[in-house]
Amino acid sequence: MTVKEYEHLERGNGLKSLIKKLVEIISPPGYEAAIRDLIRLEVQPLSDEVHVDALGNLIARKGELGKNGRKIMLTAHMDEIGLIATHVDNNGFIRFTTLGSIQPQVLAGAQVRFLNGIEGVIRFQTFSRTSELTPVEKMFIDVGATNPGSCPVKVEDVAAFKGGFLDLGRRLVARSMDGRVGVAVLIETMRRLKGTTDEVNFVFTTQAEVGARGMAPAAYGVDPEIGITVNATPASDTPDDPRLGTALGKGPVIQVKDGRMVAAPQIVDWMVHTAEKNRIPYQREVLSLGSTEAHVMQLTRLGVLSGMLAIPCRYLHSASEMVDIEDVHNAVHLLVALLESRQKL
Amino acid sequence: MMVMPENTPVIGKTQIRLLERLCNAVAVSGDEAEVRAIVLEEIRPHTDDIKIDALGNVLAIRHGQSRHRLRVMLAAHMDEVGFMLTANDGEGLFRFETIGSMDVRQLVGKRVWVGREHIPGVIGARPIHLTTSEDSIREIPLEALRIDIGTENEIVKPGERAAFATRFTRLGPSLRAKALDDRLGVATLAELVRHAPPNIDLLAAFTTQEEIGHRGAIVAAYALNPDLAIVIDSTPAFDIPSHDGSENTSYNTRLGKGPALYIADSGTLSDPRLVRFLMETAGMNKIPFQLRQPGGGGTDAAAIQQARTGIPSISVSVPGRYAHTAMGLCRLEDWKNTLKLLHAALWRITPALLGKERR
Repeated sequence: MTVKEYEHLERGNGLKSLIKKLVEIISPPGYEAAIRDLIRLEVQPLSDEVHVDALGNLIARKGELGKNGRKIMLTAHMDEIGLIATHVDNNGFIRFTTLGSIQPQVLAGAQVRFLNGIEGVIRFQTFSRTSELTPVEKMFIDVGATNPGSCPVKVEDVAAFKGGFLDLGRRLVARSMDGRVGVAVLIETMRRLKGTTDEVNFVFTTQAEVGARGMAPAAYGVDPEIGITVNATPASDTPDDPRLGTALGKGPVIQVKDGRMVAAPQIVDWMVHTAEKNRIPYQREVLSLGSTEAHVMQLTRLGVLSGMLAIPCRYLHSASEMVDIEDVHNAVHLLVALLESRQKL
Repeated sequence: MMVMPENTPVIGKTQIRLLERLCNAVAVSGDEAEVRAIVLEEIRPHTDDIKIDALGNVLAIRHGQSRHRLRVMLAAHMDEVGFMLTANDGEGLFRFETIGSMDVRQLVGKRVWVGREHIPGVIGARPIHLTTSEDSIREIPLEALRIDIGTENEIVKPGERAAFATRFTRLGPSLRAKALDDRLGVATLAELVRHAPPNIDLLAAFTTQEEIGHRGAIVAAYALNPDLAIVIDSTPAFDIPSHDGSENTSYNTRLGKGPALYIADSGTLSDPRLVRFLMETAGMNKIPFQLRQPGGGGTDAAAIQQARTGIPSISVSVPGRYAHTAMGLCRLEDWKNTLKLLHAALWRITPALLGKERR
């Protein structure tokens, strides 16, 4: 093993253990306190200032705005898709609704864990079989209770999928990979970023899965010139997927547009140029459906020069979201190179 | 230690009479002048500063006296769902659109008031005599409905608004009226302005255009720039037995169970600090309350929480049956308990409420 290969492996393992730590914490939209505590522990020593705003966004500033410096905002969301109990019926079954969009076929049969530690399974009536999908309103969570009195879950309790971390070598699987992989990229970027004449704000947002609600106040508060959101994007390299989109292992994704925003061409060019100069593999993506939080940031105050950098992810919004560690590694590499480049936009 | 709020407001004849005036007034989203006039008349003597902004919101401030006090925004929307005339078909017949979300299936045969003059009209459609069995199982599209005012009228023109013509009625322990959503909130907020506690700056927003996307609240929250916000609204109760005898698991709220606290709706995940605070306040004062079932729907909180660098927000509602129809029905007792809870809560607010971060 060459020194370079060894260093690469070490970095990979550092990232892996960071991702593992991050995905182990449950944080449905609006209930991000626990993951925020963990992220704060990681970023506090790397920041000049850390604060939490009214909606629970964690904002870590690194660097002062120097002469000719830029005010940059990098974002990743802390929350994950979840469930919330709406009723405990006479027989102790929990009725629920979703926090964030989850397809019914992904819910059926899944195991879930409430914030209070109670675990259960999602089921629905299967006797009168039909080919139609069962809507969420007809599903229930069974936590082993037999009546409302013995049920350890009450209305307003929130849950997420059970979906522990799987290390498949290059490929990593967990629930919550969607946002957490972006969080990992931001933290790792902070670790590697040396001195800068820019003011770089690493913003870990809340309530992204219910409609980018944390982003507006966060971006208003930071008031950046340049903004980049780091998120997961749906990979389409699985059997019978008709889309010709991104694939795992082929590099981070430079998004030109999604369903709600067109990235600033200056940002796209900056990313492409920097990736090529540093020989970092990348993929380009044009999404017609789906969006990230970046569209909210773009329209804040007088407008923000905004772009999106994504990690390809299979099985998004399920209990088993899969990414390739090389893509994560290369996303960090690209982001650090971007922050260190002095290219005029 | 429990401190009983001084100066506790009560709901008696005067307050019910105010609610009646508010419900009988017409304020379809975008033209809330009638309700605004009543609001101004009711609260003006009790405020330190009051203005009407560009969107028609009434923004009123009552300063407290404590040295360290939070700026607390209370919002209730003045507008109601209704209609707008879109074209004149002649002879008193008008095509129309709905303003705010409404189930078109419930419109046929309802009486309406058209325009600022409250000109009486009716929503008409083909009668049963002329309806084929094939037609009878189909929904009647909005395009096939007309507002009929019976005669040509010079002053009624496209662009005019219309509302359900329902007069406020008291039915024993219940109140029946149109627009209980959100005149209940408006009447409650008027009482709270009159009985503002000294420990906070009370920032009252009587908002416009809530029913068409919380539009007034967007600028109201920006202008008032509060530390926290409580939205006072009315939320549907569908607490009637299922027709097939199965357990009703989706009722949203129930009449008679007290004010409904919001945890999650389609626009807001309430700040948990405020949820706990209101639940504690209810417990200390033995005020019944219920949790609104998490789910769809939304209030002005959706807009307010996003203002500037973010506002911790929650909504509290008086439950009401048959919302967004010609008549709603609520329990007087729920309204009383809503006012009691909010007043007791305001009295307890100190900066410590937001001393720790959201969790």
